[in-house]
Amino acid sequence: MTALLEVSGVTKSFDGFKAINDLSFNIGPAELRAVIGPNGAGKTTFMDIVTGKTRPDRGQVLWGERSVSLLKMSEAQIARAGIGRKFQRPTVFEDQTVADNLTMALKAPRGPFAVLRWKPSAKSANRVTALAGEVGLADRLARKAGELSHGQKQWLEIGMLLASAPRLLLVDEPAAGMTLAEREQTTTLLRRLAETRAVVVVEHDMDFVRRLNCKVTVLHQGAVLAEGSLDHVSANPEVIDVYLGR
Amino acid sequence: MLIRKHPSVLVFLSLLAIFTVAVTLMSEAYGSGVIATSTVKTLGKTLCLALAAVAMDLVWGYAGILSLGHMAFFALGGYMIGMWLMYARTGEIVAATLATAPIPPTPEELQQGITGQIFGVVGSADLPLTWTFAGSLPMQLLLVLAVPGLLAFLFGWLAFRSRVNGVYLSILTQAMTLALSLWLFQNDNGFRGNNGLSGLQNIPGLAEVPQAVISIWFLWASALLMAGGYLLATWLTAGKFGSVIRAIRDDETRVRFLGYPVEAYKLTVFTISAMICAAAGALYYPQAGIINPAELAPIASVYLAVWVAIGGRGRLYGAVIGAIVVSLLSSWFTGGRAPALDLGFARIEWVDWWQVLLGFGFVAVTLFAPRGLSSLIDVVARLRPPRRMGTDLGPDFSALREREAEA
Repeated sequence: MTALLEVSGVTKSFDGFKAINDLSFNIGPAELRAVIGPNGAGKTTFMDIVTGKTRPDRGQVLWGERSVSLLKMSEAQIARAGIGRKFQRPTVFEDQTVADNLTMALKAPRGPFAVLRWKPSAKSANRVTALAGEVGLADRLARKAGELSHGQKQWLEIGMLLASAPRLLLVDEPAAGMTLAEREQTTTLLRRLAETRAVVVVEHDMDFVRRLNCKVTVLHQGAVLAEGSLDHVSANPEVIDVYLGR
Repeated sequence: MLIRKHPSVLVFLSLLAIFTVAVTLMSEAYGSGVIATSTVKTLGKTLCLALAAVAMDLVWGYAGILSLGHMAFFALGGYMIGMWLMYARTGEIVAATLATAPIPPTPEELQQGITGQIFGVVGSADLPLTWTFAGSLPMQLLLVLAVPGLLAFLFGWLAFRSRVNGVYLSILTQAMTLALSLWLFQNDNGFRGNNGLSGLQNIPGLAEVPQAVISIWFLWASALLMAGGYLLATWLTAGKFGSVIRAIRDDETRVRFLGYPVEAYKLTVFTISAMICAAAGALYYPQAGIINPAELAPIASVYLAVWVAIGGRGRLYGAVIGAIVVSLLSSWFTGGRAPALDLGFARIEWVDWWQVLLGFGFVAVTLFAPRGLSSLIDVVARLRPPRRMGTDLGPDFSALREREAEA
């Protein structure tokens, strides 16, 4: 199986502190992966590097079948290439309606002049309605996103990610601040999404990772400490030492 | 389509039409003469200022770019049209003088005469390179849009590409307008230094037409341009493009991760807005009659922002209301027509105190009515935003906030 995303030998330091230290990471085109690690292990920096927010000092990040380097691309170009990112805090555009939020995320040309010429069609309207239905916001299409509850905003953001149909989804602590039922729903959704695309979940919560039931990558001090099933990594003495045992 | 989705556009255009017809019917040229020609000019100029405020609202209220240098584009538009007005008008006068000479003047003599008339005041006898096209109205009209547009494009390209944001960008725009103003102040740069361009109210070829009539023509032109600019701004902000620029205002990073090239959007909005401003300026200065580098002073652009804030940013009609109310009040107070307030121990002369009042007004609007004067329309139309006391529904205090949202 060829990898969809291939990160190799990446190093990034901030003022001498090595946030990422010779990190290598691969993920296939349809895979669910959990990335865990204690605070400061470099999880967020890792996502920043993949999405183009931070440039690494050394190393390679290759994407897709043609192994394009992501390092020379801007955040917007990387997003258009098919990498979606879900932030920990729900970030939806609160001043705009649920429908507007979803419309903006729909897969379509992104340049300013293409967007100026863009007109809503029956197809786009149906897609927006379908997406809203999928995330349980069908009756809120005309409401402003700012009026939604915290959980609903999370779902709206997930709907926006679905709308842009990314090939790789980076999800930052999806379970934070969710009720048990919402976690259950989120787990199901993530597992379903991973059937057709790559999903990387960065998570603190071991219980949630156990529910995901997928391959786990443990980060520590900016490098991969262990990789494998959750049972496999939790049996690793080093992992126990730095993370699980505490 | 646009009007069906935005009924406020129809209301706005109707009011604009009613206003224009009413002023025409009360003017000295076409009606009863209740309104003096100077007032007609003030009203026409106010329409141009309102259009500049719409352009400001586009960049600030919608795209979140607080440009404090927009009056530079406005004045540049004025300079571009002023060059033709002055050149062509002086040409007529020089031709008339030379026509009495025994030998008809050559084109060189004619041009020399014009140059002497225009630039004698700054002690120069050569036509500057910048005035190459001054004799051609179509070229200067093109330059009205092209020069400010290009300046905005270059400035925006440099600033947005380096991701200069927020207050730093505002300071840069102030520096831009100040630098341009200082440059224009210099005598040898071909824009007549601090004399500026004058006599712009005299339209070439229309020497016999009285100012009363010309002022009405300019009022019509200003109203037409206002309508066109308003429609353009509505069209820009109504669809998905408007959605994206408002999203950029609220959370730029997130828009980037959605795949939108944020810098390209900012550059587009900034340039279009500068060109709208320039077009408004090109109609303003012939009505004002004179333009000089003081028009580019940084404070002028700050006033533009104050108008938009007082009117209500993020709404096109808010910007129009703000510009009209504040600039008309300003000319009333500073025109010496407002009665002085005698407090016994002190006398408030409004000419001096108007700016203090404006300052308090600005603070009051910022504190109590973030939507500005346009929220009065909300009250009338019974549009009330949900009262959430300014807090958002973030995760940090979610319990309380969710209760508020459901209430």
